[in-house]
Amino acid sequence: MYRSHVLVCGGTGCTSSGSMQIMKTLQEEIDKNGLHDEVCVVQTGCHGLCALGPIMIIYPEATFYSMVKQEDIPEIVSEHLLKGRVVTRLVYNETVTDEGIKSLSDTEFYKHQHRVALRNCGVIDPENIEEYIGTGGYEALGKVLTEMTPDQVIQTLLDSGLRGRGGAGFPTGLKWKFAKANDADQKYVCCNADEGDPGAFMDRSVLEGDPHVVLEAMAIAGYAIGASQGYIYVRAEYPIAVARLEIAIQQAKEYGLLGKDIFGTGFDFDIGLRLGAGAFVCGEETALMTSIEGKRGEPRPRPPFPALKGLFQKPTILNNVETLANIPQIILNGPEWFASMGTEKSKGTKVFALGGKIHNTGLVEVPMGTTLRQVIEDIGGGIPNGKKFKAAQTGGPSGGCIPAEHFDVPIDYDNLISIGSMMGSGGLIVMDEDNCMVDIAKFFLEFTVDESCGKCTPCRIGTKRLYEMLDKITKGKGTLEDLDKMEELCYYIKENSLCGLGQTAPNPVLSTLRYFRDEYIAHVVDKKCPAGVCKALLSYVIDADKCRGCTLCARTCPNNAIEGKVKEPHIIRQDKCIKCGACMEKCRFGAISKK
Amino acid sequence: MASNKIPFAGSKEQEAALMQYIAEKKDDPGCLMPILQKAQEIYGYLPIEVQTMIADELHIPLEKVYGVVTFYAQFALNPKGRYKISVCLGTACYVKGSGDIFNKLQELLGIGSGECTPDGKFSLEACRCIGACGLAPVMTVNEDVYGRLTVDELSGILNKYA
Repeated sequence: MYRSHVLVCGGTGCTSSGSMQIMKTLQEEIDKNGLHDEVCVVQTGCHGLCALGPIMIIYPEATFYSMVKQEDIPEIVSEHLLKGRVVTRLVYNETVTDEGIKSLSDTEFYKHQHRVALRNCGVIDPENIEEYIGTGGYEALGKVLTEMTPDQVIQTLLDSGLRGRGGAGFPTGLKWKFAKANDADQKYVCCNADEGDPGAFMDRSVLEGDPHVVLEAMAIAGYAIGASQGYIYVRAEYPIAVARLEIAIQQAKEYGLLGKDIFGTGFDFDIGLRLGAGAFVCGEETALMTSIEGKRGEPRPRPPFPALKGLFQKPTILNNVETLANIPQIILNGPEWFASMGTEKSKGTKVFALGGKIHNTGLVEVPMGTTLRQVIEDIGGGIPNGKKFKAAQTGGPSGGCIPAEHFDVPIDYDNLISIGSMMGSGGLIVMDEDNCMVDIAKFFLEFTVDESCGKCTPCRIGTKRLYEMLDKITKGKGTLEDLDKMEELCYYIKENSLCGLGQTAPNPVLSTLRYFRDEYIAHVVDKKCPAGVCKALLSYVIDADKCRGCTLCARTCPNNAIEGKVKEPHIIRQDKCIKCGACMEKCRFGAISKK
Repeated sequence: MASNKIPFAGSKEQEAALMQYIAEKKDDPGCLMPILQKAQEIYGYLPIEVQTMIADELHIPLEKVYGVVTFYAQFALNPKGRYKISVCLGTACYVKGSGDIFNKLQELLGIGSGECTPDGKFSLEACRCIGACGLAPVMTVNEDVYGRLTVDELSGILNKYA
């Protein structure tokens, strides 16, 4: 028995800021102080508060140390672990109160959250199957195999109201029901871990922090639809997730929880890992299956739906990581428990990846129906540097930008669609007044042009034309007629594309045209970029009253565009200025501004 | 994509390693992707010579192998630099200025996206979200991750790989 456990986050965010070296130093310091029999260091998955990484939590007190540096370790070990005195200076400041250190679950970031899919993330060691079993892991699989029929499992999911967390929100139970109804000599269960939406990283965190939950849920799915083989299609960009999945599959096989005759019930189920190779379209279900087959990952027309003809032309179900992570809990706690959370048509919780211009970047899990205001202001801590909120982008390249006027709309699948965005996989990027919405629309279109597989014309050529029009507008060459043409093209692409990529690609343009038309007008009519982003529309000017004539800007300018005598106000020659902004960065008197 | 054609220089050991892997996997359904990934791990990239070996060994047309290689962004037809620089242009990084970081690197290195410096030292590419959004804007140099970057830090970082 250890008297103290030190949990160090080994998720991608914290690893990137050096948590592995911190763990090494920590272990060395613990050994040096002769505490190795009393204190246990555990590497966990993501705690969610990535903005404050590297993160370290010491139990039983649950003291939350944030932004830990290697040089702080000796002090934490000798003070906290040896003498029992919390190093207040290094503790997450939200937990420090006049009455002492308060619990992490009472902080604004954590107290509004409700963790179901992320239940074990940051709590258990993901590389140790016994820790997963210790928190009730594989109990649901045991219950399903020994007490329930496949139809009962499917009915439980239907009753729970669980909908796919990958974006489209299709009822999971229904998907399983269709696949079960089709007879075949072989069926497949696939897990979509090709988390392609830039800015979304919840699936990665589940895979890194709790890989066994995905394996358990896939085995349950296999039993329910009558499949003996599963595949996880995971992005190669997630090396830590891939490594932990490999370990988890190996351990589950050793424990007899995957493979032949699981729990002695005669049920066989095996899982193989397939790595993606950097194609966004492979997040689409038919493209993903084509890619597992070893081909170019192009989508194919539906019907036939994968439930009838999927992977290798056999009945297949494909579920997203977060969807699967909910399933063992639904089996154990019952569908009523799950359905008690959320809104009328969207049950349970949803994980969001908060990013962009927000204080607490990281992962949060909240009940469906939580408002954007609660997520951004209460949990996310609002916008940094006193800037004004402009829009929240959800749904990645398939979604849209939500303006402040919809701050109080309860977030669920249907509400987001009605305000011109979509749930997507749960990326939530906050933008402030310094972000140009035309530029953002262009950014997403550049992405879809790049990622369009090229199979169908509306998507391949349509997105390219859309991008060109946006580019023209950001360069000040657009006309009002272009705006109407763009809108028309958007609807054409949506209606005629083969797969979800093309059908949703125009959403970033449509939603910004809907809510931020005035910014488009400013670019087209006034030839101005109100946010000061579009370079072609900017001019840098020196305020003669503030300029002291120090000559620093003139010496910095790479194109000799700044003229003026020492101790006299300088001027920028607009015909020579290349708008690099170097002068503005260097000016010590705040005399240079862009307009 | 840049076409700085460097002659193929694969060794017998590399070929043996690839052949062994193909022998293990060739009967698995959908084995082409894992084989290409392994080949890229062995050779660092997938020149036409390597693609030909795989096509011959699997008894499939070269055109099919080439089709798959060119479809996926991670398969490289050209060798990469000793230091692979990857700038995240995912949304979270982009709204925090990773576009400026990427432009500055192109300027400092004198190469464009997907290219390699003539001395073979640095190659540059844009990537989509490595999932370290809390540290935006982010770039990686081989295994090293640099977060909360500013344009001014870049030349100092490049100098570390002298």
